[in-house]
Amino acid sequence: MTAATGDAGNAGAMGRNLHYVAQKRRVREDRRFVTGTGKFVQDVTLPDTRHAAVLPSPYPRARILSVDTAAAEALDGVHMVLTGQQMAADCNPIRLGLKLPEVKWYPLAVDMTRYAGEWVAIVVADTAYIAEDALALIQVEYEPLAPVIDPEQAFAETDLLVHPGHGSNVLYHGHFLWGDVDGDFAAADDSLSFRARWGRSSTVPIETFGALARWDAGTEILDIWASIQMPNFVELLASTLGYPLNNIRLHQDVDVGGSYGVKRGIKQSVLVAYLARKLRMPVRLIEDRLVNMAGGDAHGPDRIFDTDVAFTNDGIIKSLKIRALDDAGAYPGRAPFQLAKPISAIVGPYTINSVKYEAISVATNKTGQVPVRGFGQAPTNYMIEMAVDAVARHLDLDRLEVRRRNLIPSDAFPYRIPSGSDYDSGDYHTVLQKGLDLARYDELLQRRDKARAEGRLAGIGIATCLEPGGGNNIFEYLMDPTAEITTFMEACEVKVDPQGRITGMMGTTTSGQGHETLFATILGEELEFDPDEIRIVHADSLSALPTRSPVASRMAIMLGGAATGAAGKIKDRAMAIAAFNLDRPAADLEYSGGTISDRNDPSRKLTWAEICFIAYRAYHKLPPGMEPGFHAQFVFQVPGGGQLPDARNRVQIYPCFSFQAHIPYVEIDPGTGKVSVLDYAIAHDCGTVINPDIVRGMVIGGLAHGIGAALYEKFAYDGEGQFLSASFADYLMPSVHEIPDVKDVEHCTPSPLTSHGQKGSGEGGYLGAPAAIASAVNDALHPLGLTILELPMRMHKIEALINDGSG
Amino acid sequence: MSQREINLSINGKTYAAAVEPRLSLLDFLRDHAGLTGTHVGCEHGVCGACSILFDGVPIRSCLMLAVQADGHAITTVEGLCNEDGAPGPLQDAFQEAHGLQCGYCTPGMLISAQALLAGNSDPSIAEIKDAIGGNLCRCTGYVQIIEAIQLAASRLREAGQ
Amino acid sequence: MKAAKFDYVLAESIEQAVAALAAGNGDAIIIAGGQSLMPMLAMRLATPATVVDINNIAQLSGIEAIGGEVVIKACTRQATALASPLVQMRLPLLAKAISHVGHQQTRNRGTVGGSLSHADPASEIPLAALAMDARVSLRSVAGTREVALADFFLGPMMTARADNEILLKVHFPEEPDGPDGSRMGTAFHEVSERHGDFAVVAAAAQIQLDANGRCIKAALALGGVNGVPRRIPALEARLRGTRIDPDAVRAVLPEIADAITPGDDQHASAAYRRRVAGVLAERALLEAVAEAAP
Repeated sequence: MTAATGDAGNAGAMGRNLHYVAQKRRVREDRRFVTGTGKFVQDVTLPDTRHAAVLPSPYPRARILSVDTAAAEALDGVHMVLTGQQMAADCNPIRLGLKLPEVKWYPLAVDMTRYAGEWVAIVVADTAYIAEDALALIQVEYEPLAPVIDPEQAFAETDLLVHPGHGSNVLYHGHFLWGDVDGDFAAADDSLSFRARWGRSSTVPIETFGALARWDAGTEILDIWASIQMPNFVELLASTLGYPLNNIRLHQDVDVGGSYGVKRGIKQSVLVAYLARKLRMPVRLIEDRLVNMAGGDAHGPDRIFDTDVAFTNDGIIKSLKIRALDDAGAYPGRAPFQLAKPISAIVGPYTINSVKYEAISVATNKTGQVPVRGFGQAPTNYMIEMAVDAVARHLDLDRLEVRRRNLIPSDAFPYRIPSGSDYDSGDYHTVLQKGLDLARYDELLQRRDKARAEGRLAGIGIATCLEPGGGNNIFEYLMDPTAEITTFMEACEVKVDPQGRITGMMGTTTSGQGHETLFATILGEELEFDPDEIRIVHADSLSALPTRSPVASRMAIMLGGAATGAAGKIKDRAMAIAAFNLDRPAADLEYSGGTISDRNDPSRKLTWAEICFIAYRAYHKLPPGMEPGFHAQFVFQVPGGGQLPDARNRVQIYPCFSFQAHIPYVEIDPGTGKVSVLDYAIAHDCGTVINPDIVRGMVIGGLAHGIGAALYEKFAYDGEGQFLSASFADYLMPSVHEIPDVKDVEHCTPSPLTSHGQKGSGEGGYLGAPAAIASAVNDALHPLGLTILELPMRMHKIEALINDGSG
Repeated sequence: MSQREINLSINGKTYAAAVEPRLSLLDFLRDHAGLTGTHVGCEHGVCGACSILFDGVPIRSCLMLAVQADGHAITTVEGLCNEDGAPGPLQDAFQEAHGLQCGYCTPGMLISAQALLAGNSDPSIAEIKDAIGGNLCRCTGYVQIIEAIQLAASRLREAGQ
Repeated sequence: MKAAKFDYVLAESIEQAVAALAAGNGDAIIIAGGQSLMPMLAMRLATPATVVDINNIAQLSGIEAIGGEVVIKACTRQATALASPLVQMRLPLLAKAISHVGHQQTRNRGTVGGSLSHADPASEIPLAALAMDARVSLRSVAGTREVALADFFLGPMMTARADNEILLKVHFPEEPDGPDGSRMGTAFHEVSERHGDFAVVAAAAQIQLDANGRCIKAALALGGVNGVPRRIPALEARLRGTRIDPDAVRAVLPEIADAITPGDDQHASAAYRRRVAGVLAERALLEAVAEAAP
């Protein structure tokens, strides 16, 4: 465990002397978690709460001929059994990302099941035990039908349709062309083609999804507590239920037990909301693990890339043609947009001149896909890195050298890529070198070569990847020009109370990223107060200011920006009060730790306590026209956002681009195919690090998640569409034994676009690790002349490649 | 299917209850004893989020019936706190080293670490990995958890000198 | 994932336990450590009318050396067995196998007898016990009988134990290093995607060499290659009486092919299991021979 060395991600940035930002400070959220006093949705108890359980379909595709709930309803302790037909009669289909009117997604299957594990009915009972007893008494008559499982087949299929009314299984098919691809291919010395496959996996938090709802007939408010992380959740809930938006109050002070994108339980929440109102009792649904894995609609991208690469004999990559076919499962939600966000960084960190991109999203009879950490960028990075390695292999050049020849030079920023994004800042060559130094690359080469000489299969991985951060909804418009959504904001409110104590109010839940610490640190920095004395609360959805929730590696950028803005307003207000009362122009005053004094005569000053007193109690001392009280709101729009694409589909999507260089070392047991990741170095640059422990944790945690996606994790289906990975014995997440000793180093290239030079950091480890591990495994297989371009690289696949000449 | 009376000690406090035989010890702790620090992760014995000390040794509470705890002593994460509810020494080390993120696996990790350190104040990394090998964490990649346990161990050793 | 209703009998003696099983008339099930049963109950893959708890029966716990055997009583925790000097000294193959079983939390609760009764074809304790020529004692109201492990495993999760029988203890023949200079070597190899998971394929080997390094006795058992753990008698017979070196091991490995019938699943193909069975068998045999070598 080497502690971070080198620049501890300290901005020194912006020419400021930082007191709290970038300092080693405790993470305030940790206290409640280590003492077991966090409040997760399962820990919220209301009197008379009833418990729901759901009945999964055993068939991937079947007509529902009848559902007999009589015996279940008759069971003592059962309050209600709801079927798909009953639910659909009382709600609208759940709104999808793309406008697909004939793809109707209801909380429970109506007339037809579309994947094994889809929910067919829900029971509400006094206890979860009784609810499950009742499930066993529901009689469903099915007519099983042949499913469509393979995405290529689904794409071509005209008869087996997941949603017959839609007329095909293709949910989206788009073509993008940025630059003179044909010209670049014609002019290039050489080209190659490959297919790479990203397997179906997800983030799989240890906490499943859960929701608890209560309808208050007196106030006519639906209160809901949910382990949610989704923009527009309340809007979706309202539109599905047909409620006015201001009838729903989402309690966002619920701790979310991990999400990384997937906690979007809209159908779950619609169900409990509906049942709670119907039964006039609080109802909760906590997915159990099997239900979560099979029917929670929380799978991730499942993608086939066919890529052509044009390059010079020197290994300079000129152009890419990419076809990405993604399997969204039965209900797409926002899944297809995961093909669009990578347009933000479609050339990775490289000076690639032109790109052709064909993106296809298909429906199959599998569990639905949701946004997963990176929103499609991890598969894209994997494909790009495999392209770079393939070019190096093809030309028999060193992979490092090929990267060095293609990485964007540090003097080229801001750097515009063919699809229109300006990369804000970066120093890719330096970060790569830091990673190599940390890995002791020369020694690592010797170690690998010695292992090889001793007959072992050993490999070093290299991946240099980008993490777009900040978010921007404009990727929707790229897929659907009727979606003119250019706003992507985050807001906060800051209050100073009559005692002078500061409270920050954020508008979302948090799921481990330390937003409270982030928010308090920035307020403390800006207002010059100890962050530990600043209170942070999570507003409920009725009192919260606008938010897009913690997606897109954006909270440091966006909540940080909002906090800085609100703190600035607080200071402006204090200054105005001081200027008025000290009878000095604001320009002569200076702010220090809450006290405002005259630069020329420091004895003339107003203390923080005096300013607060005036703000709350002394109207006669307020500048004329100023409202009493002491608070500020700030709504921060994503930097660079707000524009529609130009005529060539070029647009700035995400504003900030973090960078990482991953260098793992692996050995493969040739007899069993088992890969052991023995060492791992990562150099990481997300600009200014607000809290070093938080960033380091997310980088390493993301990297571990990426090792899972690379080697172990897969939602597997058999040829008949049966789901094989519902349990933790079959869906294999890495334990501590599978994660190596990680060495990490931070570098700081501040973003010019953000309050303190910060960029995103929640996704980066995951965005690069699968590519890096794949690079290492392929390096280990290289002496045998073998390559594997399919994730996860399970040991039986690798063994078969080595010993049977097949994958 | 009558209910059965059970008496047990949890974190030094006596609990008496009548429970259905099928009730898991995990559900008993959370729903009957009101100790929600112990978390539900998989309910089939893989993730370790429900780990507790049962007569001093770490076990998974999802893999026991509540009735089987009759007459036994249990420690949950709440029992690792100081008397005033403030973080105990191990918990403080986890906070200091940020050996967690979302906090969901954390109680199980703490229980496993507590059991390890009770018998070994100078564990090797291999011993730490063995102790927490049955606790899945999705956030941290484990590195800061190992560092937290090492920190707790070093403080234990200092305190013992 | 909540269990269906059942009656619960807390047996305080073996007699009470077998009486409860008899009364259950095929619909009663024993809970020992519960590490396999509890998930089956939670998933409602098992819905017994009665669960008979044997954890309070003192006579079912403990490890003793009796008359050339080490006897492990059924409800002995895996962790207890792993930590037992008797097991470590006299049943080294079992100790090596248990070190691969699950994690500390599951070993603290899981029992040796429970693992044998559950009879997962990929689990470690059955494999080691089979290689060690162990026997089990089974008891019902009708009396006690002993069954050799070679006859005990009938299929995946199926054994010769009748529904009304309780597994009392496991008898491991003690095969210490002989006074004539013979020595025992053991090895346990398995491959799983993650540490602590059930093996995809496993191999247990126990080899006795005489003072001159000649094989007196050879046992090889393979797991994950059939519905039950398998011994490979033809291979063992060819090793006996020979000096075992790498070439000799390679020469006998083809005997495995006819003795196993692995299947395909999402974690490995049958072909993988076949090839890896040979790889692990070779490693285990060579390691056991090296350990036994004078």
